[in-house]
Amino acid sequence: MPGKVWAVFRKDLLIELRTKDSLNAMLFFGIVVLVIFNFALEGARDSIRAAVPGVLWVSFVFSGTLGLNRMFSTEKENSCLQGLLLVPMDRGILYLGKMLAAAVFMLVAEAVIFIFSMVFFNLTVWKEIPYLILVFLIGTLGFTSVGTILSAISANTRMREVLLPLILFPVVLPILINAVEATGIILNTNDYGALRLPLTIMSAFTIVFGTVSYLLFDFVLED
Amino acid sequence: MQPPKYRHLDTVLGGLLLVSMILALYMAFLGAPRERTMGDLQRIFYFHVPSGMMGLAAFGLNFVASVLFLIRKDRKWDSLALSAAEVGIMFFTIVLVTGPIWAKPAWFVWWTWSPRLTSSLVLWLLYLAYMLIRSYVYDPERRAMMSAVFGIVAFLDAPIVFFSIRWWRDQHPSPMLETGGLSPAMRPAFYICIGAFLLLFVYLMRRRYFLESARQEAERLERMADAVR
Repeated sequence: MPGKVWAVFRKDLLIELRTKDSLNAMLFFGIVVLVIFNFALEGARDSIRAAVPGVLWVSFVFSGTLGLNRMFSTEKENSCLQGLLLVPMDRGILYLGKMLAAAVFMLVAEAVIFIFSMVFFNLTVWKEIPYLILVFLIGTLGFTSVGTILSAISANTRMREVLLPLILFPVVLPILINAVEATGIILNTNDYGALRLPLTIMSAFTIVFGTVSYLLFDFVLED
Repeated sequence: MQPPKYRHLDTVLGGLLLVSMILALYMAFLGAPRERTMGDLQRIFYFHVPSGMMGLAAFGLNFVASVLFLIRKDRKWDSLALSAAEVGIMFFTIVLVTGPIWAKPAWFVWWTWSPRLTSSLVLWLLYLAYMLIRSYVYDPERRAMMSAVFGIVAFLDAPIVFFSIRWWRDQHPSPMLETGGLSPAMRPAFYICIGAFLLLFVYLMRRRYFLESARQEAERLERMADAVR
């Protein structure tokens, strides 16, 4: 099974590396969101540090949604999805491969957006980086775990790209809340023990929705 | 289609509902004692809490019906899931309207982002998203499939939303029945209101379910007529 997941994952990665469609859009959009927040939070210039975790995650989630939207629309061109569905394998494997690929794109975008935000908001971090990577990793896996299946659902509708954020944002709220809290703990306090609770909730979310989506993915793909 | 004997049952249910709603209004406004600190304001409680209970029951029913649809692939479970989602949204709309009306004089704010309020709002948004999915898929089979999957995801999400906000300060009183905080003098009115809202829930579910079955039947006949033509 890991071999098959790897094959799907590698396929998506290769397509992205050759076209760079999603990643360029994700990076650009994420940075534009940061710029907009800089002006939107003009009045709170003095307490900007407290707002950074929220700004960061809004930017991650927005740019991540762009990436998720592309995931199935590229498969629709030239009936690629039909070809993929002909492969004799469990549909759950397709889910895992695509979910991991989406997570990798998001993490790359997050790294770049994060560096930009450090510059824009005048923050310096060094020893916090390992903790931030942990939070970004779990938060991103949670986001893509449910984002992948909802992207497949929205690809089946008339509204496609428009629908995904509408159905995805209410569902990923727990990830957003806990990721913002955890990032705030890292950036604004030194109490790393307090990270346990948000990380536990995010992991639980990821495991629950990873399992549910793995089992239900077969139903949302059209034959 | 709906056999006549069910129609009689609905007439009886409708009559019972009318009587119990009048009784519930009487008990809530006149029968129950005035609350000591909040005064008459507290009477919103008799509509706010039963609506919340019925809304949760409806969303639970939507979850069960969604799971059963994916197992059995029978359209009747999809009709049940749709009816439950719509009725649940209606009850939660009542909760979200009566809540701020009560909160403004009692807490001096319309809204606070406490766990119970936030998760109620998110639950309402989740099922509006469920209705959005339904309205954007043409093919009935696929619509049923997509919405069933989303119904399962939405219902599993609800407790995680609630617990992930739990560690913030909660201003909302915890359910009265758990803590036994409701004065015995208020209990009859409260129980009558729950009974009346339960009847309303059952009645609306039945009407909506039969309407959806009739609509599906009409759709099927139309397709048959098209095939003949």
